[in-house]
Amino acid sequence: MMRFLLLFSRQGKLRLQKWFTPISEREKKKIIRDMTSMVLARQPRSCNFLHWKDLKIIYKRYASLYFCLAVDNQENELLALEVIHRYVELLDKYFGNVCELDIIFNFEKAYFILDEFLIGGEIQETSKQVVNRCIESSDMLQEDDSSEWYEVELFG
Amino acid sequence: MSPSIPLQEMIRAIRSARTQCEERGVIQRECAAIRAQFRQVDNGGARSHNLAKLLYVHMLGYPAHFGQMECVRMIASPRYSEKRVGYLGAMMLLDEKQDASLLITNSIKNDLAHSNQYVQSLALCTLACMGSAEMCRDLAPEIDRLLRASNSYIKKKAALCAVHIVRKVHDLGELFAPAARSLLAEKNHGVLHGAVVLITQLCERNPEALERFRKTVPDLVQIMKGLVISGYSPEHDVAGISDPFLQVIICFMKDLLVATNTDSTKTVGNAVLYETVLTVLDIKSESGLRVLAVNILGRFLLNNDRNIRYIAMTSLQRIVGTDHNAVQRHRGTIVDCLKDQDASVKRRALELSLALVSASNIRTMMKELLLFLSSCPPGAQIRCVCVSVRYAPSQRWHIDTILHVLTTAGGDVRDETVPNLIQLITNTSELHCYTVHKLYRALLTDISQPSLVQVACWCIGEYGDLLLKGECQETEPSQVTEDDALDALETVLQSHMSSPATRGFALTATMKLSTRITENVDRIRSIVSIYGSCMDVELQQRAVEYNALFRKYDHMRAAVLERMPVIEKNSSGHTNGETAGDAVKEIQPAAVKQTGPLLPQQPANQVCDLLDLLGGSEEPLQPSTALGLPNSTSTAGGDLLDLLGGLELTPLAPVPVYEKDGVSLTLICEKTSDSGMTVTLTASNSTDSDISVFTLQAAVPKSVQLHMKAPSGDFLPARGAAKVTQMVALNNPNKVNLKMRIRISYNTSQGSAYQDTVQIDSFPGL
Repeated sequence: MMRFLLLFSRQGKLRLQKWFTPISEREKKKIIRDMTSMVLARQPRSCNFLHWKDLKIIYKRYASLYFCLAVDNQENELLALEVIHRYVELLDKYFGNVCELDIIFNFEKAYFILDEFLIGGEIQETSKQVVNRCIESSDMLQEDDSSEWYEVELFG
Repeated sequence: MSPSIPLQEMIRAIRSARTQCEERGVIQRECAAIRAQFRQVDNGGARSHNLAKLLYVHMLGYPAHFGQMECVRMIASPRYSEKRVGYLGAMMLLDEKQDASLLITNSIKNDLAHSNQYVQSLALCTLACMGSAEMCRDLAPEIDRLLRASNSYIKKKAALCAVHIVRKVHDLGELFAPAARSLLAEKNHGVLHGAVVLITQLCERNPEALERFRKTVPDLVQIMKGLVISGYSPEHDVAGISDPFLQVIICFMKDLLVATNTDSTKTVGNAVLYETVLTVLDIKSESGLRVLAVNILGRFLLNNDRNIRYIAMTSLQRIVGTDHNAVQRHRGTIVDCLKDQDASVKRRALELSLALVSASNIRTMMKELLLFLSSCPPGAQIRCVCVSVRYAPSQRWHIDTILHVLTTAGGDVRDETVPNLIQLITNTSELHCYTVHKLYRALLTDISQPSLVQVACWCIGEYGDLLLKGECQETEPSQVTEDDALDALETVLQSHMSSPATRGFALTATMKLSTRITENVDRIRSIVSIYGSCMDVELQQRAVEYNALFRKYDHMRAAVLERMPVIEKNSSGHTNGETAGDAVKEIQPAAVKQTGPLLPQQPANQVCDLLDLLGGSEEPLQPSTALGLPNSTSTAGGDLLDLLGGLELTPLAPVPVYEKDGVSLTLICEKTSDSGMTVTLTASNSTDSDISVFTLQAAVPKSVQLHMKAPSGDFLPARGAAKVTQMVALNNPNKVNLKMRIRISYNTSQGSAYQDTVQIDSFPGL
């Protein structure tokens, strides 16, 4: 099970945070501080896996953003790397050549995409197409902000 | 997709703020505006934007709890856009610890039954993210309904929501078990994935579920086969491997279910490979598969990618206990990883190397490990030392290694290393010469490492004569004069880097040298007397005592400062050492007891009936009557025992308590329980005539219970040809100060009867 996912910039500014377990605000702040300092201190070509308390931390840097995922000890680290990569691909497909600014200005969309991909700390949908289609449909629904609802057929 | 302009403008404004102060100002203004707008009943579509702005501010770290009620209101709104942001806000601002979270339970319930699947999905997602136990209990039946009868989009979300519920409320696992089983028949990968995770959770919590789901193993194998063999499926493909996520999760589940056969060792990419390796190792698969798995891990080790090497070493660590030989084959690569730049890889390599050390490869491994020592974190040195202790091929190598560790990283070594090392040195008598030369040279070069300095001082003091002799087969001969040795010790004494304990070592060593050297005794006397007025109480006491040894008891100096006997390790704790140490501490210079076996005659008016003791002895008994210092050597040992803390003499050294007219009595104490002990009294006769009818009687203070066992005999032949032993069992439940009076009576060969009494006030070994 994944415990949390953090995105932060090279300067340590938080861009996205998703917590899959209930943690107090103070704890969250502390964890964010710890993670940013640990990950930012790593050498460029070092191993992507860290140990922190009883969790494994998998991080990957994409351009100016660090994606930091914490998983339980029995999880497969290589798979976690794939999860991070898959999320980046989803963002890329949605925003078209995604960059950090996209995530800053459209953070709620980033969250929505994440919620289509992961739920409760587990992978929800393994197909990129399905996730993208869902997001598009949800967006259409949002635009069509009238009181009339209509069913959207989905292949699946 | 229409951009939410107000939100983006605010973000731009915040980002363009040049200082923290400016940023705070902007945010405060915005928050005030948002709060005002929240209070308004309805302001059209701007509500969602306001909440989004608040969420952004929250992410920057500013307080946003006033948005909680707004989230609740928005979730209840009929508009999808508002619901969406409302649920997002709920996930970010509310968690199960907040009271407001309960308020959304009803909304979630309604939304779960909504006709639109996206609304349902929002509700499911939120429940899975932050659902508390009560919420889960309330909504579990709903989730179960959704698991059975809905489209696959909802089913997969419901499955994962069920996983969350099971994690929160274990009992509800029963509710979902039947639905989970049927989900496995789905074709949709998302649903399959969710189903597998759900079943994994159920099996982890509940062993009966495990039994039931064991039957699904063939289905799983079927699915796996389908994934691996079937054609290219563009939807789920990741770089040529069809749906690795599903494959991995199925492997993980088979971990639990103990499949009897897995044909999943086809090379399908590293992540899947890794997971299958773990599966194979965890389940009781046949040995062929295990060998294959270890080989795959070996291949991983040679991979250039650091990540792969890291996980390979992690997995090898797990199996090194069972498949030791298989892992040994890769030892070379692992040791190379010690030199890697990356800290994580180095740590893993170190742990694995330490696990791999064995008697056969200890020399090479230690060489590598010692090279690594200089760059590695402190905890590792201690483990290196422990490892070397277990497998040392020869004493000399062992001593060399520990010295090396001490010189490179002595500051971080644990305290027990010093006494352990000293014990080791005393045990290897043939290497004394070599050891002391080496330590002396080490001392000359560097006196900053406390443990090294302490050991070196001790050795110089103890084996100073060997040092000064100069010749030694194992090292190059070097001429060390007495002055050199004393200079070295004085440097330690005066250095500001020495701790008080180290100075104590050095002082005692200097004192010991007074018997080992011939010419510079005066110099030693002057050093010792300087410290008689030292600020440190411990050093001052020692110096004063040593001074006394010089002045009043010079005849005993040689005996007191003799070489120490071989120290044996035993488990009865610190007590022995401390008591002997206490005994030494009690010595007042003016009232130094005689060492050895001399015992002053009891003044006549103090010959009491032994039985009087039982009535409670009020008479002041001279504290110094009975207990002589246990052994001449143990006086000096007593000092050191304080410093070394845990080191103790073997408690089985007999303590002489009485010596008169050739009849001597010694005592050995052994603690048998918290309040009980056994005292063994041994009598011997060194006169030229035999002694017969030798009996002992003993008395103890009131609350102590005494039980004398039968003596071994009552005849003491001349010249110590045989001894008589008698065991006495004592029980001291009230832990009073233990004293014992012993009356000795015997007949000489001429027929005259002798009687004598001796009182023992403190027992070594207590």
